[in-house]
Amino acid sequence: MNRTLDADAIALAVETLAAAIRERTKGQPIALVGIRSRGDEVAERLCNLLADDDRELELGILDISLYRDDFEHLHENPKLQESDIPFPVDGAHIILVDDVLFTGRTIRAALDALSDYGRPGKVELAVLIDRGHREMPIQPDYVGLKLETNRLDQVHVSLETTDGQDRVEIVERTMP
Amino acid sequence: MPRKDLLDIAGLEREEVDHLLDQAVPFKELFTRSVKKVPALKGKSVLMLFYEPSTRTHSSFEVAAKRLSADVTNFDVPHSSIVKGESVRETVETLQAMRTDYIIVRHGRSGLPGTIAKMTRASVVNAGDGAHAHPTQALLDAFTIKEKFPDPTGKRVLIVGDILHSRVARSTSTILKKLGLEVAYLGPGSLVPKNGPENIRRFTNYDEAMAWSPDIVYLLRVQMERQEVQYFPSLREYHKLYGVTDERLKAISDKGLYLMHPGPVNRGVELCDAVMDYERTLINDQVENGIAVRMAVLYWLKPRALGGES
Repeated sequence: MNRTLDADAIALAVETLAAAIRERTKGQPIALVGIRSRGDEVAERLCNLLADDDRELELGILDISLYRDDFEHLHENPKLQESDIPFPVDGAHIILVDDVLFTGRTIRAALDALSDYGRPGKVELAVLIDRGHREMPIQPDYVGLKLETNRLDQVHVSLETTDGQDRVEIVERTMP
Repeated sequence: MPRKDLLDIAGLEREEVDHLLDQAVPFKELFTRSVKKVPALKGKSVLMLFYEPSTRTHSSFEVAAKRLSADVTNFDVPHSSIVKGESVRETVETLQAMRTDYIIVRHGRSGLPGTIAKMTRASVVNAGDGAHAHPTQALLDAFTIKEKFPDPTGKRVLIVGDILHSRVARSTSTILKKLGLEVAYLGPGSLVPKNGPENIRRFTNYDEAMAWSPDIVYLLRVQMERQEVQYFPSLREYHKLYGVTDERLKAISDKGLYLMHPGPVNRGVELCDAVMDYERTLINDQVENGIAVRMAVLYWLKPRALGGES
């Protein structure tokens, strides 16, 4: 059985994330860094929700294609897009933002990429959806919503700006 | 889909050219970071097989490969067994045994990189073969032009010099035509081929060529070490007839034209000293862009898997 989440559920998850970040980092300067693709869109929405807070808030975008660990297994290397980190990374309190947290490999790559821009004071992780099944010792600090999934299930996230609509589809897969 | 080798521009689809030019943008963006290196080709080996001398292209490929974290080995030609008459096949088999992933080849004989590509699982990049092709030069020229003219369709490029013996003229005009630019040649009659692409205007007179209203003037290097000197009376004469003199630079500056040159420059021959300070001279942009474009090429190509069929 395939499950879906609608735009309201996604909006609620983003608000949950924003509220948690606000509560734990109140008054402190933070920089949200969204991981392409879709992590950037989640980061932008969080930025809008947190914009009126009385603090410094920065927004950046990170493309982690060049830091992946699976080039050997790809027939085609992933298409690169520009990263945009418009603030000094040294000493910054950075919150990495992604749409789905699964194996943790993307976050491993993002931490490597980020360290080539400088030495952040602190790095945290915010994810819209945590679907479990980690392959790396990486855990989120802020979670929009948790999904119970099987290892082989596929979680497809669509977001308004990137894909034209807000929707999450969980496609169930069992062992062949 | 990626290719195994990059041998010439003519063999690339328009979409592939667009893809490589697009991909060079994020690579160039890396140069502004304090750490310019990325791990994409970590553990891969790049071998530089240069049978002809080249400082610029050689170091540009080397920097590109190193910024992708590949290991670079120079197969130093004068000291290697190539001079002892070792055949190309033997050399390539040696490189194969060294498990090289990418081979960057420059050779005086047209078509040799293609021959090597057929013998090896490694990706082969042509870094200039005879008068045939120099595809990464063409890509960096196109990238440099697109930075100034994001939609270059219909822009005019005048290529000046020894067109006949120039792989740069051949490759660069091929890519510019592919991207919808207009190209014309200017040079001594003996050095502008009569049989060439149909839709390329040919000029032998500087003023007539400038009356064609180019947006970019692309000066080819006079190859002192080759025999071209015989094709025109003297270098001083060449400068007077086809070079960018102080007087001509004034006119070029008034019209706001861009100047390009593949380097290294012969001052006082292709151009006067003042050109190097002219704000629309793109020669240094070409050098920087060359690294970004070559990174994009290495990242795009896929060598055949080790143990795969040859």
